[in-house]
Amino acid sequence: MTPFTQLTAPACPLVRSNVDTDQLIPARFMKEPRRVGYGQFLLYDLRHDDTGKPADDFILNQPGAEHFQIMVARRNFGAGSSREAAVYALVDYGFRCVIAPSFGDIFSSNAVNNGLLPALVNEADADRLLNALGSEPTPISVDLASQQIHFAGQVIPFDINAVWKTKLLNGWDDIDLTEGYRSKIDDFLLTYQTRYPWTQGQPEGAPGLIARDNR
Amino acid sequence: MSRQTLFDKIWQSHEICQNDEGQSLLWVDRHLAHEGSFHAFNKLAERGLSVRHPELTLGIADHYVPTHSRSLATVNDKTRSVIEQLITNTRAHGIPLIGLDDSRQGIVHVVGPELGLTQPGLVMVCGDSHTSTHGALGALAFGIGASEVAHVLATQTLWQNKPKQLRIRIDGALSPAATAKDIALAWISQLGADGARGYAIEYAGSAIDDLSVEARLTLCNLSIEGGARCGMIAPDDKTLAYLKNRPMAPKGDEFEQATAWWRTLVTDADAVFDREVELDASEIAPQVTWGTSPEEALPITACVPYPDDAHATDKARQHRDSIDYMGLKPGQALTDIAIDRVFIGSCTNARIEDLRAAAAVLKGRKSKVPGLISAGSTQVKAQAEAEGLDHIFIEAGLEWRESGCSMCVGMNGDQLASGERCASSTNRNFKGRQGLGSRTHLMSPAMVAAAAVAGHLTDVRPLLQEFPQP
Repeated sequence: MTPFTQLTAPACPLVRSNVDTDQLIPARFMKEPRRVGYGQFLLYDLRHDDTGKPADDFILNQPGAEHFQIMVARRNFGAGSSREAAVYALVDYGFRCVIAPSFGDIFSSNAVNNGLLPALVNEADADRLLNALGSEPTPISVDLASQQIHFAGQVIPFDINAVWKTKLLNGWDDIDLTEGYRSKIDDFLLTYQTRYPWTQGQPEGAPGLIARDNR
Repeated sequence: MSRQTLFDKIWQSHEICQNDEGQSLLWVDRHLAHEGSFHAFNKLAERGLSVRHPELTLGIADHYVPTHSRSLATVNDKTRSVIEQLITNTRAHGIPLIGLDDSRQGIVHVVGPELGLTQPGLVMVCGDSHTSTHGALGALAFGIGASEVAHVLATQTLWQNKPKQLRIRIDGALSPAATAKDIALAWISQLGADGARGYAIEYAGSAIDDLSVEARLTLCNLSIEGGARCGMIAPDDKTLAYLKNRPMAPKGDEFEQATAWWRTLVTDADAVFDREVELDASEIAPQVTWGTSPEEALPITACVPYPDDAHATDKARQHRDSIDYMGLKPGQALTDIAIDRVFIGSCTNARIEDLRAAAAVLKGRKSKVPGLISAGSTQVKAQAEAEGLDHIFIEAGLEWRESGCSMCVGMNGDQLASGERCASSTNRNFKGRQGLGSRTHLMSPAMVAAAAVAGHLTDVRPLLQEFPQP
């Protein structure tokens, strides 16, 4: 995964709260394999009118929108469905950071697992930032190490879980990291399965459903 | 150790270790995989990884499955491909699969409890946000994304930050027509759709004790709609009675051994929560949503709010936007909202008690609008048919369909047309959730049935015939 350290790029103001993952990517596009590029599906129903034509007044249809790498939104961004496709849509479009006063929990985890920084700011700072982002694409800077956002001569702090910060700064991947814990997992399992034997599954290759299916 | 919550006890028993940053590596007892897991399987394939414990994952097709019949013959190529990928991937990795033609098929969150796969004290995950459902039996269950699904498949573990803990205590007696759905919509409208973000919820209090296991499943299911990581209820006699003799529950001596542990899975009297919220069950009236977020819910006796009445400007903007999308007028009585369709289904409200409650209202009556009823599982469907509920629905003019996620998420093509308005027993009234331009009003199954009979949103209470007692 690409590490995230510092980013200066045009920011996209999405002046809405509760932008749920159903809006970030409508379900009908989720049958597609990732290789088609999910950026085209990002916020599809906001980007298009009822006839399927681009909605001219929507921010992602404005000139220069293809250069956006940072999104700024209101509270409860990425709520709802656990679909990681919502993060794929943002990342494939070119976004590397979303700034908002609150995020859906599962969305945040998914974001970090794809190198997308979910930066938490307070409501007042979100307002200041959104006010500073006019109709023209405006570049802002996000620095992960110092947890600061710089824009129009102002600086605001943001929050990020310490573990996620480390992961993003280093571009770490959980599966690789967990391999190093193999013996700890095996040790744990020895005790765990003795204490709670009914939680075990069948030996691999045995027929039928999970162990406890005694039909 | 004393002063532990139910959540603490399960967390501690599954914590393998912590890393330097204090994140915990948790053992995962059960993983449920549906069609959407293809991204995770592709991730494994890209890296040449195998599934570490295939016997601890169960595959079930639900999101994309057709409900008009069980045949894939008429399903479009892309949809069929997604269903077939689940079959191929589970087969390649030796993961058990409940296929489309299996009598145990259904929505993962209905099937898990029904088969006794869901048990107190287990850590359960699924690439679906409504995994919180399983907490109703005292499991620690939560939804995860595709990267995390891949991690679970590869290692049977998951790295997690320990969430804060919130207890929602609901005491008192619910009025006859108020249900678990109404409790959920009531607390979410009070706290907000992100009100429980960052928290694990434990539901407690006399109203929760009184709920049936199925009603508890509905309540825990909706925890995610208030932003919670999970929702759970301590196992009690009802839980144990529910589990006994379920096909995948432990049997004989093992059931007794498990019970001994399950009995300890209660929050200690002196345990401290990060936050406590209290509700009076007797004050909860049947709820409906009027907007495009589950937090935009009100008692059926209320009116669409005036955006200017709201305090914060952001809230006013959101309300205006919701009212506009939903095609409503501020001040309009909720009971004046005419509907085009009804849907009863989903992991939230399509268990047998839900279908009985809807049938009690629809019996001998006609629906003024078309609609679908899709049972939560094939077993629920068979049970409903054994009780003759299907005849009540069909005679009311509604379609009786096979089980799947169906019109809750519209992935299988069961959708509303743009601009259509649906009274729905589902979990999300998001823009476009039930199809492009769809307008969704969430409510309990009995309230959906009442809306069907009236042709508009209405209070079910005057229509109540023989409301089944839990």
